Amino acid sequence: MLMKYISPSMSRRRAVSTTIYHVLMLLVSFLMLYPVLWLIASSFKPNGDIFTTATSLIPAQSTLEHYIKGWQGFGGYTFTVFFKNSLFVAILSAIGMTISSALVAFGLARIRFKGRNVWFVLMIITMMLPGQVMMIPRFVLFNKMGWVGSYLPMIVPSFFASGFNIFLIMQFIRGIPRDMDEAAKIDGCSWYGVFFRIIVPMIVPSLVTVGVLTFMGSWEDFMGALLYLNKPATYTVAYALKMFNDSSMSDYGATFAMSTASLVPVLTLFFFFQKNLVEGISIQGLKG
Amino acid sequence: MKKKDGFSHKLGSWLDRDNVAGYVFILPFIIGLIVFTAIPFFTSLYLAFTNYNILSAPKWVGLDNFKKMFLEDDLFWTSFKVTFKFALIQVPIKLTVALLVALVLSRSTRLTSFYRAAFYIPSLMGGSVAIALLWKQLFSPKGVINQVLGFFGLPDSTAWLGNPKTALGTLIALGVWQFGSSMLIFLAAIKNIPQSYHEAAIVDGAGPVRRFFSITLPMLTPIIFFNLINQVIGAFQAFNSSYLITGGKPLNTTLYYGVYLYNKAFNQFEMGYGSAMAWFMLLIIAFFTALIFRSSSAWVYYESEGR
Repeated sequence: MLMKYISPSMSRRRAVSTTIYHVLMLLVSFLMLYPVLWLIASSFKPNGDIFTTATSLIPAQSTLEHYIKGWQGFGGYTFTVFFKNSLFVAILSAIGMTISSALVAFGLARIRFKGRNVWFVLMIITMMLPGQVMMIPRFVLFNKMGWVGSYLPMIVPSFFASGFNIFLIMQFIRGIPRDMDEAAKIDGCSWYGVFFRIIVPMIVPSLVTVGVLTFMGSWEDFMGALLYLNKPATYTVAYALKMFNDSSMSDYGATFAMSTASLVPVLTLFFFFQKNLVEGISIQGLKG
Repeated sequence: MKKKDGFSHKLGSWLDRDNVAGYVFILPFIIGLIVFTAIPFFTSLYLAFTNYNILSAPKWVGLDNFKKMFLEDDLFWTSFKVTFKFALIQVPIKLTVALLVALVLSRSTRLTSFYRAAFYIPSLMGGSVAIALLWKQLFSPKGVINQVLGFFGLPDSTAWLGNPKTALGTLIALGVWQFGSSMLIFLAAIKNIPQSYHEAAIVDGAGPVRRFFSITLPMLTPIIFFNLINQVIGAFQAFNSSYLITGGKPLNTTLYYGVYLYNKAFNQFEMGYGSAMAWFMLLIIAFFTALIFRSSSAWVYYESEGR
């Protein structure tokens, strides 16, 4: 092995450079996370301390008053209501997106039907279309259908798949040998049987990725709520947070506390599904 | 096995034909494409030539919206320039940072997954309302940024978000902070480069810098290309940071195109005008995407095409 020929001074130099590498990387990581850490720290500081001790991350006195006060919300609605609303929208969107994208991905990746290439190209094009072009007519459409003021405009489109998620699941399906479908087909299994019994069990990780990414996107969606929600009882957390901040301008502590609370679901999902997310994002760039 | 009756058996085998099953599976996409993409897409084109306030029927006005946009509306040009400047500065910085960090992270150590998480987390939540509200406080006159600057003896009373010279830069910083997802894509691509290429180059006596420019960078050009298109499309559509942090102020120096479009369509109910603006944006994005595509043959290297 090469190791034998490395002299003690060389290995010492390597140890020094490794140490410098880690010190620098830890420092940069800290700087990257600093704003978030500051937000969390400030949410536990008494209002008088937030800006006077702004550079300190450890509260001299810590308090839960901001959480208690902030949770009361505004207009007679607590953050319990807003969290429930957000969970409802995000969970239904995630379920709809996962099921519909898996079906479409299977069809495009495995079945050789007439016009398949055309649909595939159309799917790629939808990935590049700016959503703002559709914003006004979609609003007009949903308004005509009487959906404005409800969650339907924020949930229903998720049940019709999206280019990026279809693409992501397709990449996973392409990794499964075709022999498996063909063997099942010879044994008399239909395409539907192949999908449910063979493919679905093998693409669970990609389904989790799509579900988690959709949940996060829906949880943080501000634009949708801005366009379609008009009663405080229906506000999602993202929108309620903005309104809460507008209504309690000088109560920084309460805003920081509710901001922190609003990030908890996203951070929790990240820690549980880190591997799926990293893989999912990476696949985005690796075209098949 | 139970024998099926003739009809359901026929139906079953019809549904299992490739040409039928394929369409059954992609049906959600087809319906979604028609209802939520194609119809709105063409409606928007029609509305661009009308006066429409959603309450009464659209009235055909020909090219009036475009004439007003190009010839009379100063704010339209302001928002266009702001967005152009935003994209032109943010995208290259963000991608350069993403690429450099990915290179540094491609060295595997026990702490790599921690660093990766630390760099990725901001892009996971950077677009949220919570972070927008936080950014507003970090850059307020008495905020952390000024306090840290004061600590090092630097000028510490800049009103970052109130000063026309610094406001847009503050929003660009928020965008660059979210380099994490581009970084992950680069990282995956770097790991995909066969190790043997580097080994061969080392045998030929190439140093790390030479190897970066002769192996890593050319092999990454398709991914740079992909990230570039994605980021340009994203930058032209930016909305949240301006709407939530600065509201387009000061002196409209952070008035994104998307925010102005929203104000026109949903505060002043000029939906025809808004649609015209949306179509102009679509054309601009299409133009830049085409430009990147056209130029790609000159700088994107595809391995399969040989050398």
